[in-house]
Amino acid sequence: MTFILRRLLHGAWVLLAVSALVFAALYVVGNPVELLVDPQADPADTARTIAALGLDQPLWCQYRTFLGNAARGDLGTSFIHGVPALSLILERLPATLELAASALFLALLLGIPLGLWAGLRPTSLASRLIGAASTLGFALPAFWVGLMLILVFAVQLQWLPPGGRGETREVLGLSLSIFTLDGWRHLLLPALNLALYKAALVVRLVRAGSREALAQDYVRFARAKGLTESRVVTGHVLPNTLIPVVTVLGMELGALIAFAVVTETVFGWPGMGKLLMDAINALDRPVVVAYLLFAAALFVVLNLLVELLYGWLDPRVREGRQ
Amino acid sequence: MARRLLLSFLLPLLLLASPALRAAGLSVGLAADVSSLDPHYLNAAPNIAVASHFFETLVAVDKDGQLVPGLAQSWQAINPTTWEFKLRPGVKFHDGSPLTAEDVVFSLERPASLTQSPGPFTGFTRAISGKKVVDAHTLRLTTAQPYGPLPLDLASVFIVSKKAAAKATTEDFNSGKALVGSGPFRLVKFRRGEAVELARFDGYWGEKPAWDTLTLRILPADAARLAALLAGQVDMIEGVPGADVARLKKDARFRLEQRVSWRTLFLQLDLFRDASPFVTDLAGKPLAKNPLKDLKVRQALSRAINREALAARTLDGLGVPASRLVAPGIPGHGQQPAAEPYDPEGAKRLLAEAGYPQGFALTLHGPNNRYLNDEQILQTLAQFFGRIGVKTKVETLPLAAYFGRLRHADFSAALLGWGSLSGDFALRTLLGTPDEKSGWGAWNWGRFSDARVDADIRSALASTDPARRSRAAETAMDQAMQQLPVIPLHHQVATWALRAGLTYPARIDEFTFAAQVRPR
Repeated sequence: MTFILRRLLHGAWVLLAVSALVFAALYVVGNPVELLVDPQADPADTARTIAALGLDQPLWCQYRTFLGNAARGDLGTSFIHGVPALSLILERLPATLELAASALFLALLLGIPLGLWAGLRPTSLASRLIGAASTLGFALPAFWVGLMLILVFAVQLQWLPPGGRGETREVLGLSLSIFTLDGWRHLLLPALNLALYKAALVVRLVRAGSREALAQDYVRFARAKGLTESRVVTGHVLPNTLIPVVTVLGMELGALIAFAVVTETVFGWPGMGKLLMDAINALDRPVVVAYLLFAAALFVVLNLLVELLYGWLDPRVREGRQ
Repeated sequence: MARRLLLSFLLPLLLLASPALRAAGLSVGLAADVSSLDPHYLNAAPNIAVASHFFETLVAVDKDGQLVPGLAQSWQAINPTTWEFKLRPGVKFHDGSPLTAEDVVFSLERPASLTQSPGPFTGFTRAISGKKVVDAHTLRLTTAQPYGPLPLDLASVFIVSKKAAAKATTEDFNSGKALVGSGPFRLVKFRRGEAVELARFDGYWGEKPAWDTLTLRILPADAARLAALLAGQVDMIEGVPGADVARLKKDARFRLEQRVSWRTLFLQLDLFRDASPFVTDLAGKPLAKNPLKDLKVRQALSRAINREALAARTLDGLGVPASRLVAPGIPGHGQQPAAEPYDPEGAKRLLAEAGYPQGFALTLHGPNNRYLNDEQILQTLAQFFGRIGVKTKVETLPLAAYFGRLRHADFSAALLGWGSLSGDFALRTLLGTPDEKSGWGAWNWGRFSDARVDADIRSALASTDPARRSRAAETAMDQAMQQLPVIPLHHQVATWALRAGLTYPARIDEFTFAAQVRPR
């Protein structure tokens, strides 16, 4: 319990530091009104606008106001959109969660069997191909792969749409596209694009893990007991290789949710990453600050969850903590 | 086992793979995101483009930038400070209620009430000092001083329904509750950052659109927008990337619509500091005086530029050489102003006469995500200047950081593009003597100042007769450009790509108005 509390307190400090850093950095970049106000507007108009948005105050005053509002759950109103920044983020959250979850699912679907294959038969040709493919998965830039996927599957073959989000359906107040066929057709390519790097990661982890497990006494013992090969693999090798996979992917999930900017841009996916990009370009300070705070909070929570999960999976860690 | 696993994820993939379906109606890929459907919230081109499908203005702008009747059937100045607008009879809003002068008065007052707007429309309503409803279809507007550009200003203020918008917030427009206009389309659904879905308004007074439904898809990434067109997901895109124009031209499945747009690019120069921050001698030491203040140096730089090559190569043909600050056909441009000849030898002579036979060193600044091939333009200019002995470096910044520094005069020579429908407006802001109070010269950071040019701009702005106004703007432009306070480069060419069976009257203001897309 004290462990969780300590961690949460630690997280609060992280959030405060992030907000201060982001606030100062954006202040240095420039004044959004200079970008947004009509170039032919007269100075009185411009001055009134700057005052109305509170941008005429010194930095520390603005920051104090922001902290005061944030304590009440108000992270500010977007300059560009004229709606609360937090609601903009939450509006886009379902699209991003759905993309991240599908990508993670695809990464596991591709990565575990391939990694297992490569681990079990390390010398076969297929395993070498898998190894080479996973290197490519690491090395190829997501931007280029995304464009290639679009060119091949959408432009040449015309099997799948080149971008955008398909038909959505309201489920528990969230508009999700994973419940419609059209939604899946739109989701597949971006999810695959996002999944490739993670899949390569999973292949590596599972391959290494299973080769290590194969040499362990419990596997030899299971074989000696006369268990079938598939029982040995599913009952003894796989569970032991999954521990590092879970911990690594737990961390990667945060990045998947918060910073899928490249994939979202290439596929025109209306997720949160694209919101951040647009907000930075337009100096929409409330959105940038709210977004990065949200992302930081996400990482803090995921970190905590992973540590708890780790303790649950590996009793030695739990013992050590108490 | 692995083989079975492989099959189990390939199967659903095959099921999903069926030829892309084309929806009924028209689908258009837009190059910029619309942030709000409230037509008075943010004065930004992407918002105006989308709002124009729902709402109309008193005065409309045709594809060549000329003012034509919109919701006002006619207008005239009945004395130097009073304008009378006759509203078009029989215009209906989307809710079926008729348009009246009350709606117009309300719409002209609404921009000033939106105090939280970071880019308000108040600049277009500022000149109006009085509004008088004569009858349901006649409105008189008075201005404090004689003010010729009033009809042009009113071409930027959308008319909303007073009944629907009286207490509406920006969010009420996004949800569609307050989005009641008189335009050719009504809102079906706003999916922020993704698409706007529209349907034809059957009670529209003008020529009805050819499409029952319209989808405006937001596709800011060039590659994604182009892919959507190639894959048949959209029927038309705007802002075709320069590098892909040649390829699309050869593809029989598509057509291009092109025209010279209003956006003119030029180099602004520091004309006020004796020691300019980015001008040095060849060794990098400060110079005794600022060479850019010398007309001969400015002429030399201008003659060093091969504008034909710049337009053909650097811009892939998406530019035409410029010698004025507004596009051809816009009041103030003039009939056929003499283009600056490309003359590097003459340029070297001019530099020597000015006292810089060995040249000097200069850094050009510009944005890297704003204009067509902006960074490449600056690189090309650096090479041209290098050939006459001006050793030139290029530094580019993202727009978010660039505009602020530009307006604080942080640079010595910098790239700017300007789109305007009238020469006097452009001159007032770009070359009028800077004045905090009146707002003149708001972007004249180089601080050019000429009493005769100012007087000509003033007389153009005060002319309520369009022909006299245009002549005065032309004189002001001539006067100013003889002194080369900025170096004009080119007018940008705007490009749309459409399915082969469609046509679109390419617009000078670069806007995409889907109501005007028609089957051939």
